[in-house]
Amino acid sequence: MTRFLSFITIGLVALPAALTAQDISDQVTTFTLENGMEAVVVEDHRAPVVQHMVWYRAGSADETAGVSGVAHFLEHLLFKATDTLEAGELSATVAANGGTDNAFTSYDYTAYYQQVAADRLGLMMEMEADRMKNIRLTDTDILNERNVILEERNMRIENNPGALFSEDLSAAQYLNHHYGIPVIGWKHEMEQLDMEAVMAFYELYYSPNNAILVVSGDVDPDEVRALAEETYGKIPANPNLTERARPQEPPQRAARRMVYEDPRVARPTLRRSYLAPERNPGDQRTAAALELLSEVLGGGQTSYLNERLQFEEKKVVYAGTYYSGTSLDPTTFNVIVMPVPGVSLEEAEASLDAAMADFMAEGVDPDHLDRIKSQLRAAQIYERDSVDSIGNRYGRALTSGLTVEDIQAWPALLQEITPEEVMAAAELVFSADQSVTGWLVRPGGDEAGDEAEEVTQ
Amino acid sequence: MMMRFAPAVAFVLGLVTAVPARAEVDIQEVTSPSGITAWLVEDHTIPFTALEIRFRGGTSLDAPGKRGAIYLMTGLLEEGAGDLDARGFATAREELAASFGYDSSDDDVSISAKFLTENRDEAVALLRSSLVEPRFDQDAVDRVRGQVLSGLASDEKDPDDIAGKTFAAQIFGEHPYGTPGKGTLASVEALTRDDIVAAHAAVFARDRVYVGAVGDITPEELGAIVDELLADLPETGADMPPPAELQVEGGTTVVPFETPQSVALFGQPGMARDDPDFFAAMIATHILGGTGESRLMREVRVKRGLTYGVYAYLGPKDLASILVGRVASANDRIAEAIDVIGDEWALIAADGITAEELEAAKTYLTGAYPLRFKGNGRIAGILVGMQMEDLPIDYIATRNDKVDAVTLEDVNRVAADLFQPENLHFVVVGMPDGLDPDTN
Repeated sequence: MTRFLSFITIGLVALPAALTAQDISDQVTTFTLENGMEAVVVEDHRAPVVQHMVWYRAGSADETAGVSGVAHFLEHLLFKATDTLEAGELSATVAANGGTDNAFTSYDYTAYYQQVAADRLGLMMEMEADRMKNIRLTDTDILNERNVILEERNMRIENNPGALFSEDLSAAQYLNHHYGIPVIGWKHEMEQLDMEAVMAFYELYYSPNNAILVVSGDVDPDEVRALAEETYGKIPANPNLTERARPQEPPQRAARRMVYEDPRVARPTLRRSYLAPERNPGDQRTAAALELLSEVLGGGQTSYLNERLQFEEKKVVYAGTYYSGTSLDPTTFNVIVMPVPGVSLEEAEASLDAAMADFMAEGVDPDHLDRIKSQLRAAQIYERDSVDSIGNRYGRALTSGLTVEDIQAWPALLQEITPEEVMAAAELVFSADQSVTGWLVRPGGDEAGDEAEEVTQ
Repeated sequence: MMMRFAPAVAFVLGLVTAVPARAEVDIQEVTSPSGITAWLVEDHTIPFTALEIRFRGGTSLDAPGKRGAIYLMTGLLEEGAGDLDARGFATAREELAASFGYDSSDDDVSISAKFLTENRDEAVALLRSSLVEPRFDQDAVDRVRGQVLSGLASDEKDPDDIAGKTFAAQIFGEHPYGTPGKGTLASVEALTRDDIVAAHAAVFARDRVYVGAVGDITPEELGAIVDELLADLPETGADMPPPAELQVEGGTTVVPFETPQSVALFGQPGMARDDPDFFAAMIATHILGGTGESRLMREVRVKRGLTYGVYAYLGPKDLASILVGRVASANDRIAEAIDVIGDEWALIAADGITAEELEAAKTYLTGAYPLRFKGNGRIAGILVGMQMEDLPIDYIATRNDKVDAVTLEDVNRVAADLFQPENLHFVVVGMPDGLDPDTN
């Protein structure tokens, strides 16, 4: 849900510049169990703790029509009873062992994790393997937890005009692909989710040959493998799993526009998305160029759009771009602009369009691109301080259809990208005919002269 | 990305300090040549250093009528310093691939820096310029002021912010804690460059600075860096405000706001971090509202499906101690959630906790302790937090023993005093059914 709002430069790593003796790949071991479950182990022996995760190649975009939100609903229900554990017992056991646990769902994956003392890893695997196949839900579980996810939707979406606006933008961008449907689900469909929908999703997707084990921390890869074989390794593969072929977008033929009005809007904002290619196995070059493009154009204080719109023209409070290529199906390149009071969205949009046209004419400043690349090299050093984030990066990429080889090739690829490739990627993506432009405003439309702030209450 | 429940902030706030019973956290006290103390964990595994610097006082040191000056000043530190304007500073930092974070809270202004060993000297020189010779150029003041005003405008439409402001005003009254450190639209509009310069002088002084460092650096190198960064600061700054006198009254305040889900903050007086009963209070509060397994989560969420999340935690601040919580429910269900919370508050005050709950809480709290010591930046922050709370340098090794030493009698004696159902005040923002705005 928050993919559009995180303008931080993470998830990008690069080849170490000064480092030769030890880089991240030295910390990472991968293997596959006989039943098809993949495993990634990231070692860090500085503190006696471990993060244990299981990622499923199943997210909200894998749902069938009419049951939106079922992937996330199921995630909640996996904390209820199994054949051997009472409802809540898994989390209580984790807590009784001094650990914490949680889970999360996105378009392309669902993941469960525990953080705990390293010597408790076997117990965590035992319980996680148990709930991969053995949940036993009651009708009361369904009714109560459905109310919980509806309150979660209230909190994240209904109470937040920016989130409602984002839902509509995605729905306008994706006519056919399920990326146009919110991860948490449409409210009217969430209200109807039942046992049958939940169990259908569970029985198909929660299988070892659709799962990835990611363990990071103070562990020995051989021991992790032995524990995994004793637990996950005993679950048979599911022969009914098929390739993830989801409904794809038809060609977009016209620019799409929308105006979303809500009295709770504090400051008018413009967002635009462009359909954009994602990282694909063995074919990540365009995505790498787009990640760099996003940094050059709107990645921070010195980015092209901020220099121009914030510092020179003084028309915006903030300008930013966001792109993440780690996605199973085509993704979006996003632009956001918040004008200063007194500047209308119409005027801000005209300035944005002019700035982007000039950028396309001028090309990338090679010095700027070099600065970004050296920051990416440094990010790899800093990332070694957080093996959990390395583990998360592997989990996200593997559930987005990439291979370990793709993940390990990615940093070098980012360093290789030329200014010409960045501009070619920009030419490919910045076409009005594959865009959606949205205005977020208060009722009454685009208010330029709104210095007089309304006070609520 | 959806999560099963939003992680409770309780632990972070309740216990700034701690380390694994087993983990090697070997803290050295370093005294710089000019006499400034810093705590260091030397770890040469990765070629970078995390440095945390905090100045006590924070936004509570704003001069009368200048609310928001310190918050804005902190945001301006990276917007031009020495010979560099805002863009020049940002470019220089990017070239060094260093990361500098500047933040302010009710109780401190903090600087969180990470820099590579290979260009440490240049990074420290740049960081120094932002602390010691920030420019506060008028165009930067105006631009960043615009960003702050934009944030304030958003806060006015955010039910959580509205609830927080209302609650703070009621409980803290005229004390600086009673108003947002960001200031108001009117106070921030009125700030001048001179106010920003004065705010800098109020905060940045040697008599209130605390330093922690973790990573690829020796004690001698750290001592030199600390002096380069801080030795030129003046000895003293603004006077610290007095402790807050809490204004406590039970009941419910409703702030009408058109939105589908009501947000409720609730709270009452808490317990100071240095109170001998703090660990007993912390355990009791943990059992009531600390995790997904707490009593409040069980009763409000799991059994009744009334909310996505409910929590309560002890929030000891430098100048006041409160016990606060939050819940959010649809407008037609919030009244029931509030009833259940009130009942649980009364129940734990009257009957205390069970021996089984105490054991589970101890196992959790002691076992979870090592999980905090992950990452150089996090550990640097913990080192500073320990110093600001005046904890001994060997505290980490003794902390779990303090938790284990708490008895059932301790917890139940403390719980009977701590939880005051009659003083528990709710602030509800939304259009709640069945709650009278005038209830009090």
